[in-house]
Amino acid sequence: MATFHLNINGSEKTVDVDPSTPLLWVLREELKLTGTKYGCGISACGACTVHVAGIATRSCVVPVDLIGDRPIVTIEAIGKDPVGRAVQNAWIEKDVVQCGYCQSGQIMSAVALLKDTKKPTDKNIEESMGGNLCRCATYVRIREAIKRASQQLG
Amino acid sequence: MQPALKGENDLSLNRRSFLQVTTAAAGGLLVSLYLPRITSAQQPPAPKVYPPDAFIHIATDGKINITVNRLEFGQGVQTSLPMVLADELDADWSQVTAELAPAADVYKDPLFGMQMVGGSGSIAHSFQQYRELGAKTRAMLVAAAADRWQVAANQCRTENSVVYGPNNRSARYAELANDAARKPVPDKVALKNASEFRLIGKPVKRLDSPAKCDGSQKFGLDLDLPGMKIAVVAHPPVFGARVKTVDDREARALAGVRDVFEMPLEKGTGVAVVADRFWTAKRARDLLKIDWDLTGLERPDTAELRAKYKQLATTTGNVAATRGDEKALDRIPQPNRIVAEYEFPYLAHAPMEPLNATVNFQGDKAEAWVPSQFQTMDQMIIAQALGLKPDQVTFHTEFAGGGFGRRATTDSHVPKEAAVIAKRFRDTPIKLIWTREDDVRGGYYRPMHAHRIEIGLGPDGLPSAWRHVIVGQSLLAGTPFAMMIKNGVDETAVEGTADTSYNIPNFHVSVHHPTVNVPVLWWRSVGHTHNAFVMETLIDELATRARVDPIAYRKKLLKADAKKLHSVLDLLDQKSAWRKNLAAGRAVGISSHESFETAVACAVEVSIENKRPKIHRATVAVNCGLAVNPLSVESQFQGGLGFGVLQLMAQGAITLKDGRVEQRNFDAYTPAYIIDAPSAVDVHIVPSTEAPTGCGEPPVPVISPAVVNALSILTGKRYRTLPLVSV
Repeated sequence: MATFHLNINGSEKTVDVDPSTPLLWVLREELKLTGTKYGCGISACGACTVHVAGIATRSCVVPVDLIGDRPIVTIEAIGKDPVGRAVQNAWIEKDVVQCGYCQSGQIMSAVALLKDTKKPTDKNIEESMGGNLCRCATYVRIREAIKRASQQLG
Repeated sequence: MQPALKGENDLSLNRRSFLQVTTAAAGGLLVSLYLPRITSAQQPPAPKVYPPDAFIHIATDGKINITVNRLEFGQGVQTSLPMVLADELDADWSQVTAELAPAADVYKDPLFGMQMVGGSGSIAHSFQQYRELGAKTRAMLVAAAADRWQVAANQCRTENSVVYGPNNRSARYAELANDAARKPVPDKVALKNASEFRLIGKPVKRLDSPAKCDGSQKFGLDLDLPGMKIAVVAHPPVFGARVKTVDDREARALAGVRDVFEMPLEKGTGVAVVADRFWTAKRARDLLKIDWDLTGLERPDTAELRAKYKQLATTTGNVAATRGDEKALDRIPQPNRIVAEYEFPYLAHAPMEPLNATVNFQGDKAEAWVPSQFQTMDQMIIAQALGLKPDQVTFHTEFAGGGFGRRATTDSHVPKEAAVIAKRFRDTPIKLIWTREDDVRGGYYRPMHAHRIEIGLGPDGLPSAWRHVIVGQSLLAGTPFAMMIKNGVDETAVEGTADTSYNIPNFHVSVHHPTVNVPVLWWRSVGHTHNAFVMETLIDELATRARVDPIAYRKKLLKADAKKLHSVLDLLDQKSAWRKNLAAGRAVGISSHESFETAVACAVEVSIENKRPKIHRATVAVNCGLAVNPLSVESQFQGGLGFGVLQLMAQGAITLKDGRVEQRNFDAYTPAYIIDAPSAVDVHIVPSTEAPTGCGEPPVPVISPAVVNALSILTGKRYRTLPLVSV
């Protein structure tokens, strides 16, 4: 076990865990931030996507001891960000979700895309969202919602 | 990146011992489950009086909370059923909230006699029930207001949670609720005419959307209870294997591990690990050294099964449909005959939320939290595992991250595992988690199938003789539903073929049900997954051969009374004018199919990119009777098409070698990502005032044959073996 000081959603959190523990399970079990989901554990589905220093990252394969002082933002706080808020609003306006389990990860990937590319093409969307699995296959409305958020952000 | 899979353990299930218990305890209950499906839309729900207070709570602040007797796992019923009730109640929709019902008799499906989601029955079976609940509650509120004002009830009207009476009097439902609760529940009540609907038939956004967009929606896996421990189980590498020896010294040495013990499973045995945290439990499981006893176990090999099935398909099986002359085919000259052989693999459901169940055993009672499609079964089986009666188990229905049939098992093997473990940890909530590897390797798959079809064409280019053999495991054999198998035919294997609406004068379908040591289960749209693929690719092939437009050909071949199918083909024809004007390198594929009493037709625009089908767009026409929430119907069809694309994915198959499942996770069993699913889907609903029918399953069967029909135009090849490894 080891002690880690993490910058999560703008505040410092201290956890005492095995250094091999993936960030996902630190968020879910130590910090009770269960909006970030476990789907596969091998970075193949994207349900666990969070932002680490602004980069969309699969938290299920990143051991906590690699995080250091990089700030982490999760779905619980992404609404404080203007792009995050716009994406969440667009998701609701387009009624994207079905079971909803993958949508935290979808939204975190979409926010990262729109921060990088203000007017994403279909190809940009397919590339950035390409690793986020949705078994309900809400993909059509995900495309629409990303374009809607982009439009709203101007 | 390469996943770290070292030490992952396998899993199994063990059905037989438990099924006997289940059959004895619940046989009568379950007999009623399957029967009504064929006629469900025509039959009104059983005339039962439901107490409104079990479904509706009107708070003093005006909030109206509606209890939903179903699991919400993406299909939108947590919004649609409250819409139905709120419409008849004349409730202010902005004040409506909804929650999922716990397990209780009052929440059983009115037709199935069991609390469950399946067979696309949620709206179809509870539409009338929820309308009556709303209307009766409204009548009680009106009666309370009429009493208060000393007027006749028929002088009052309602709107937006307010009763209006003569002389400009009005009272909010919240003010009347206490008085209304003392009124008798009316036996009969008038329901609205369709023209009076304010919510039903209108596009209404989901109630659960905000919570699913900010991470606050809790699913079963998110449950966090004081003192809770996490359990994982090392399941056998071959279905039914037993632990011979286990060395758990390293596992036990990990800090946070609370117990490691051998446990019985549905078939065979496994090793449970209980720890404070998931990561600890999983690491401990990886450290177990288990020697498995495989003595006497069949070790299936899918390559061998394919050869065996293919051979079986050349012989006649148990008769599922027969009309006309069986010898007619033999009289048709060879050039007018087609022989086609199809193969379908095992498919895992792989819902996004891994399987889980939480149980707290408290001696003379217990509490359970399960994302469950079969609450009645799961509650009963948890109770049996704990030596309790079902009503001693408080059963909470948790939101589920998908399911597609996987959370509806007749042996409740996942909740049962949780209960068996919880029994050792009194007063400690145990959350059992199946890892993705447990899920992918865990069986309960859509069965493998082979089909062999011989078709004889008449001089008009239409099929005049059709001989069809299907081979595949029975879903019902060995379960409490086994009595539904008639004359050796499990209807779930032949649905979509044996009951086809195509008018083929000499038509013979038979089926073989081999027994294989692989547990199988209904997978969203069940038998239609393979039967629609076979029928719709063959019909398309015949249309091409006859040089007739595929929509026109289908209409010509359909029985006149297949009204829903005719209506969707007509609508599709109108809405897919784009198909006459395609860019170079693109082709359009058509398919149509009716399942669960909902008819669907679709046109897809496809090209070939990187040797894979690229689905540019899909236009869908649907006849689901009255569309209660058109926005939700659209959503189910947009998503259901993408779900069905799994059948075409290069890695859309579960295979076994020497009894062991060869895939472990999404790297090797790969459903459709955004690039694989249709880029755009426009959905068109046939206007209808007929009883609503389901939309969860009917989208799935149409997409894969439509795509393949387009590919055949582009390449001239026929695609009869799934998964679609190469184009």
